[in-house]
Amino acid sequence: MSARTMQAHPAGEHEAEAAIQHGGSGMPTALLGMLLFIASEVMFFGGLFATYFNARATTPGVWGPPEGAHELDIALAGALTVVLVASSFTMQFGVWAIRRGDTGKLKMWTAITLALGVLFLMGQLYDYSQLGFGIADGVFGTTFYTLTGFHGAHVFGGAVGLTIILARTLRGQFSAKNHVAVEAVSMYWHFVDVVWIGVFSTIYLLR
Amino acid sequence: MATTTLEPRAGAYRRSWVIDWLTTVDHKKIGILYIVNSFLFFFAAGILALLIRTELAVPGMQFLDQDTYNQAFTMHGTIMLFLFIIPALSGFGNYIVPLQLGAPDMAFPRINALSFWLLPLGGGLIFSGYLFGGAAAEGWTAYAPLTSDQYAPGVGTDLWVIGLTLVGTASILGAVNFIATIFKMRAPGMTLFRMPIFVWTVLVTAVLILLATPVLTAGLIALFIDRNYGGSFFDPSVGGNPILWQHIFWFFGHPEVYIVILPAMGVVSEILPVFSRKPLFGYRAFVFATVGIGLLSFSVWAHHMFTTGSVFLPFFSFMTALIAIPTGIKMFNWLGTLWRGKLMFTTPMLFALGFLSMFLIGGISGVMLASPPIDFHVQDTYFVVAHLHYVFFGGSVFGVFAATYYWFPKMFGRKLNEPLGKIHFWIHFIGFNLAFFPMHQLGLSGMPRRIGDYSPDAGWTILNLVSTVGAFMIAVSIIPFLINVIATFINGEPAGDDPWEGNTLEWATTSPPPAYNFDRLPPIHSERPLFFLTHGHGHAAERPEDLEEEPIAEEKAGDIERREDPLV
Repeated sequence: MSARTMQAHPAGEHEAEAAIQHGGSGMPTALLGMLLFIASEVMFFGGLFATYFNARATTPGVWGPPEGAHELDIALAGALTVVLVASSFTMQFGVWAIRRGDTGKLKMWTAITLALGVLFLMGQLYDYSQLGFGIADGVFGTTFYTLTGFHGAHVFGGAVGLTIILARTLRGQFSAKNHVAVEAVSMYWHFVDVVWIGVFSTIYLLR
Repeated sequence: MATTTLEPRAGAYRRSWVIDWLTTVDHKKIGILYIVNSFLFFFAAGILALLIRTELAVPGMQFLDQDTYNQAFTMHGTIMLFLFIIPALSGFGNYIVPLQLGAPDMAFPRINALSFWLLPLGGGLIFSGYLFGGAAAEGWTAYAPLTSDQYAPGVGTDLWVIGLTLVGTASILGAVNFIATIFKMRAPGMTLFRMPIFVWTVLVTAVLILLATPVLTAGLIALFIDRNYGGSFFDPSVGGNPILWQHIFWFFGHPEVYIVILPAMGVVSEILPVFSRKPLFGYRAFVFATVGIGLLSFSVWAHHMFTTGSVFLPFFSFMTALIAIPTGIKMFNWLGTLWRGKLMFTTPMLFALGFLSMFLIGGISGVMLASPPIDFHVQDTYFVVAHLHYVFFGGSVFGVFAATYYWFPKMFGRKLNEPLGKIHFWIHFIGFNLAFFPMHQLGLSGMPRRIGDYSPDAGWTILNLVSTVGAFMIAVSIIPFLINVIATFINGEPAGDDPWEGNTLEWATTSPPPAYNFDRLPPIHSERPLFFLTHGHGHAAERPEDLEEEPIAEEKAGDIERREDPLV
């Protein structure tokens, strides 16, 4: 430590520990980190959506699955949309529960959310198996599988996060005061949900 | 007050220094790892540059064939940008930003370690193409359709894609960390407008990385799908669009140019005031200019694509010309700082002045290129190569060396030797201009970039030879630098806490700083807390309004014990 620092204005100095107690006001640092990460994810999906719109705009003729393949199953995709949107609500119920300190309800709502997420993924895999065209079948197939596939991968990532939250809940690691991980995972889960609404509207509705 | 215990204190465990460095989450050690790693990649990419310049010294293909030549310039560009300049500046950011904020570490120390370790991994993958039948060879911009599996069948391009995705992920995680650190870890009293200017530039850079790099990741994934799973993003024969790659690449690539230059501007803006013995002229204007460059950077990408015929020229030309305004403001800031200052020509100051003059030339040629009529003539010629080297090398790399000489005493407690540093600077400076200034003329007389050979009748031979001599001078200039570093480690002049009489908090702790950096922090009433501490507030009257704002430090400190401050 420099002698000069010690001598000058000793009463005006701050304890270094003051700087360690960061995030004292406003959003917790971990939550800010998640929010920033989500911002980068928004740009990532922005890039993928750009490829989709570019392909759609430059493709002459009908935009859709290649000839001979099945049409997209809007009913199934719509049902899956309902499942995923519902899971956003159940997730939020869990967050509200732990804010009140109700770990039992957090356990229940996290388990339901995870189940809905897995249901969505299984539904998507089933949809893939029925479509009859692949990623290599023209630019529609390429953009379709890239967008829905990367969204599915993010749902999977969110499901992994939910599993960790569930395991930590079962071990009693969360309380009304200490549950930033739950808040962060729920934020991510809502983001994944919003991306799906974008994917569904773009690919299925804006045809 | 509740004292946060930092038990077990660093050093409580005995373990080998190898394990210590491999597993460290200390921002200072990670910063040094970043910088060392970057310099290793710098030397590798520098050797590639020498291969390129040697081949181009005289007409004819002497010792590289066309394909090896293509690999050399591709790897040179990729490595220099993604594994030298950006990580080197990130390394200084890692080391210096928490210190300048008065913080004990970055916000997420373990993510910080992850972002570093992804770099050697990604860089290794990019380089490993050489072991598997040839590295990527499409240029660092990797334009479609050169990257299609038809024209680039080797695995080198796939390794390039995967490696770059990892390096980009490292960048994004680092950016999250920097932003969280800057918003959450500032010392009591350090408002946003009291942050050191280097921190401001790192903040804007981090935002650019956060928003631009994921778009490149999306493009790289699309490219990977095209090459390996039969996708058709960029293949026009099945409905794809090769121009789409250029849009995606440059939507990332132009913010990337500012990602590369802004922290170097921050370094220079720290050094010029210290060695002019004046505060930075127009601190707030500089901050707003930095933010302005950041905002504009997302609306100028297509100026790399004027000749594709698929972009709206007036818009992108106009937006690009606008960049000259915030950049011009910064030139005023720097010149105003120097004006009537008590200039001290130390090595960091020389490199900072080198930055100023060389970046000015790069900026001027940039404004020329923003004009479509000129751009159509010199697109893909050596004029562009000259421009980008004046910005990247004359700008950012000079900034990296300025930072190295400036902060080395803080990092290792010893000052680099000044005479050797000056020898390094002058050989470097002259070599740089010999190597790259003739390229302007080569470009204007029509020499295309990325060619390995040219006709002896083209009239380009002498200028190419001069350029090659310059390139070797740059290589030679690294020798005194390396001798300097080694000699300083063996027997360097002890630096003390504050060898330069700096302005910012990193000079308020020991050199090198202890684990968690500070025992006590001085009061922070301006962006120059250390100057204030050294000379008292009688001399700090350049910002009298800060003195009246008290006791903001206590309010900001939240639940920290309130105490009497004689300054209030």
